[in-house]
Amino acid sequence: MSAVGQLSAASQTPAPPPPRSGRRLTAYLLLLPGGLWLLLFFVVPLVSLLAASLYDPNGSIEDGFSMTWSFGNFADTMADYARPFGRSLWYALLTTAFCLLLGYPLAYAIAMKAGRWKNLMLALVIAPFFTSFLIRTLSWKLLLSDNGFVVDALKWLHILGPDGRLLATTAAVVTGLTYNFLPFMVLPLYASLEKIDRRLIEAGGDLFAGPLTTFRVVTLPLSMPGVVAGTLLTFIPAAGDYINAQLLGTPKQRMIGNDIQRLFSAGAYPTAAALSVTLMAAIVVLVLIYVRRAGTDDLV
Amino acid sequence: MTSDLVLEGISKQFAGHRAVDNLDLTVPAGSFFALLGPSGCGKTTTLRMIAGLEEPTTGTIRLGDDEITGLRPYKRPVNTVFQNYALFPHLDIFENVAFGLKRRKVKDYKPKVEEMLDLVELNDYGKRRPGQLSGGQQQRVALARALINRPQVLLLDEPLGALDLKLRRQMQLELKRIQTEVGITFVHVTHDQEEAMTMADTIAVMNGGLIEQLGSPAELYDLPATTFVANFLGQSNLIRGAIIGQADENLIVDVQGRKVLVPKARCRVTEGEVWLGIRPEKVFLAPAGTEEGDGVNQLLGAVVTDVSYVGVSTQYLAKLPWGQELTVFEQNTGARDTFRAGDAVDLHWRPAHSFLLDAAQDALAGVEDVE
Repeated sequence: MSAVGQLSAASQTPAPPPPRSGRRLTAYLLLLPGGLWLLLFFVVPLVSLLAASLYDPNGSIEDGFSMTWSFGNFADTMADYARPFGRSLWYALLTTAFCLLLGYPLAYAIAMKAGRWKNLMLALVIAPFFTSFLIRTLSWKLLLSDNGFVVDALKWLHILGPDGRLLATTAAVVTGLTYNFLPFMVLPLYASLEKIDRRLIEAGGDLFAGPLTTFRVVTLPLSMPGVVAGTLLTFIPAAGDYINAQLLGTPKQRMIGNDIQRLFSAGAYPTAAALSVTLMAAIVVLVLIYVRRAGTDDLV
Repeated sequence: MTSDLVLEGISKQFAGHRAVDNLDLTVPAGSFFALLGPSGCGKTTTLRMIAGLEEPTTGTIRLGDDEITGLRPYKRPVNTVFQNYALFPHLDIFENVAFGLKRRKVKDYKPKVEEMLDLVELNDYGKRRPGQLSGGQQQRVALARALINRPQVLLLDEPLGALDLKLRRQMQLELKRIQTEVGITFVHVTHDQEEAMTMADTIAVMNGGLIEQLGSPAELYDLPATTFVANFLGQSNLIRGAIIGQADENLIVDVQGRKVLVPKARCRVTEGEVWLGIRPEKVFLAPAGTEEGDGVNQLLGAVVTDVSYVGVSTQYLAKLPWGQELTVFEQNTGARDTFRAGDAVDLHWRPAHSFLLDAAQDALAGVEDVE
C-alpha cells in the first residue's frame, strides 16, 4: 500500500513554464476594453461620488460646490437619516430571509424533482424579466390596492380587519422586494443544487441518515455556495432599492434609496453622496463578515 | 451474528424493460460473493435493490429471518461502496469515515475511526479532503466508510473500475485480505471476470436479468452450463457435433465424422445436436500423424494459421478441415514441440476436459467485444 503514497507524491504537477512575453501581451490586450470601460464608468464616477461626499454641504447647484474635505458630512447625514438607513438594512434582511425560504424549496424542486419539466420551470423563474421591473412593481400596487381582490379575499377570510389594508404598509414593501429579487435567489441556488452528485445523497441514506438528516448534513452544506451567492444577490440590491418603497409604501416605509434619490434631485449633492458612500461601505463590511463567517472558501 | 442474504423471486421492471427477471439467490453468511456480467445484465440493479436504493417490482429480500424488502436504505444493516466512491467532498477523511457511526449516535466513535483508517492504511490522511487523495486512496476511504458500520452485508459496486490495472490487482488482493479479516459478507458487482475470479468464493454469472450459472470460480470455469458462461469466463472452443450413442460413462459425439467421448457428468444434453466445448489450454497440438493412446479425443488434419508468442505461453490458431479455427494455448515449458504457421497438426485432449452444451444456444454469446 505504501506504493500508493509514493505514487501520489510523485504525481505532483510541475510548475507551468513561464508564458512568453507575446502571450502576456495578448492577455493584457484582451483585458483592455473591459478595463477601459470599468475605468470610465465605474472608477471615475466612484471617485467623483467620493469627492462629492466631502464637498461643502452649504453649496448649491446655482453657486457650485467647493471641496472643503467636510468629513463632518458623514456624521451629520447619519444623525438625520439613521432611521431610513436602519430600515433599509432591516427590509433587505427580511427580503433575503423570505427569498431564501421561498426560493430554496423551489430551487430544490426544480433541480431534484422536476425531471423533464426542469427547463420549463427555469424559464418560468426567469419569465418576469421579460417585463420591466417598474411595470411589475406597479402591477403589485394594483394587486394590493384597497379595493383589489386580494384585500377583499383576506377580509372575507378575516385575516385582515374590516378597515385593514395592504398597500402602503411594511408588508407591501417587503412583499414587493421579495417578489422582485426572488429569481436572484433561485438561480444560484438551482445551479449549486443541480450539480450535487445524486450518489452523495444515496450514500447519505446508505450510511444511516434519514432524508432530513441527509439534507442537513449533505445537501445543505453542499449547496452553501448557492446560498451565499443567492443571499448576496438579494440583499445587496434590496438594501439600495427605492422603487418598492416608493410605489408600495408611504414615507413611513421609506428606505435610504428614497432619501438619496430625493436629495440628489433636490441638488443636495454632498448629503446624497455621503449617504451613498455610507450605504456602500456598510454593505461591503456586512458582506465581508458574512462571507468570512459562511466559510465556503473550500467549496467554491 | 451475520446471516444469509436471501433473494426470492426478485424482479425489477423499468419503463420498457425488465432489468432483473425472477431472480432467486442465496448469499451465504461470511462469503465473498460476486455478481458478474456485462453492462446492462441487471447486476447493479440487483445490488441497488439489496441496498434499498431501488425497490423490487416483485419478490422478497431477507437477511436471515428478517425481511428487508420494503425497508428504507438507512434502516438496513447493509452498506455500500459506491462506484466512483461518492465520498462527501465537504467533509474530511475522518468525518467521511465517522459519518455512519455519528448518524447512529455511537458514543466514542473516534478510536473506531482511527482503527478503521489503520486497517486501510490511511492513518495520516484524516484531515485531508477527498479531492486531495489519489484514486486508490479514495477507494480505501470508501471501503473504510462502509466497513466501519460493521454491516451484515457489504455491497461493492464496481469498486475497482476507476483504478488503473496495476492498482486494481493490488486492491483485489487487499479487498480479499480485508474480507477475510473482518468476516463480513461481501457482495461484489463487476463486469471483470478476472476480478471476480480472483476475489470471490462464489460467482453468479448474470445475463439479461437472469443468473446463467452460480458456483465457485473453478466450477464455473471447468464446467460452464451455457455458451454465455463458457465465453464470458475465459475463452472456449465450441465445436458443433451430434450425440450418436454412449459407452460406459461417456457419451459418443460425432464431430465431422470423427468420434469423440465426453463423460456423461459433463453433458448438459443427452441427445441431438450439441456444442462440444474445450478450453484453449486443455487442447494439445501434435505433429500430424502422431499416434495417441486410447481414451484421448483427437481431431485430425488441422493446419496452424497463426502463432502469437506471449512469454509464458504461445497462442496458436489451428484451422480444422471444415474451416473452423480453434484457439490453443501451450505453456512455454520447453518440454513440448513448438509449431510455425503452416504446420500440419493433429489436436487432442482428454475427455474429462471437454463439456457438452445445448446446440440451441448462441455459440458467440458472452464473447467480449474487442475494445
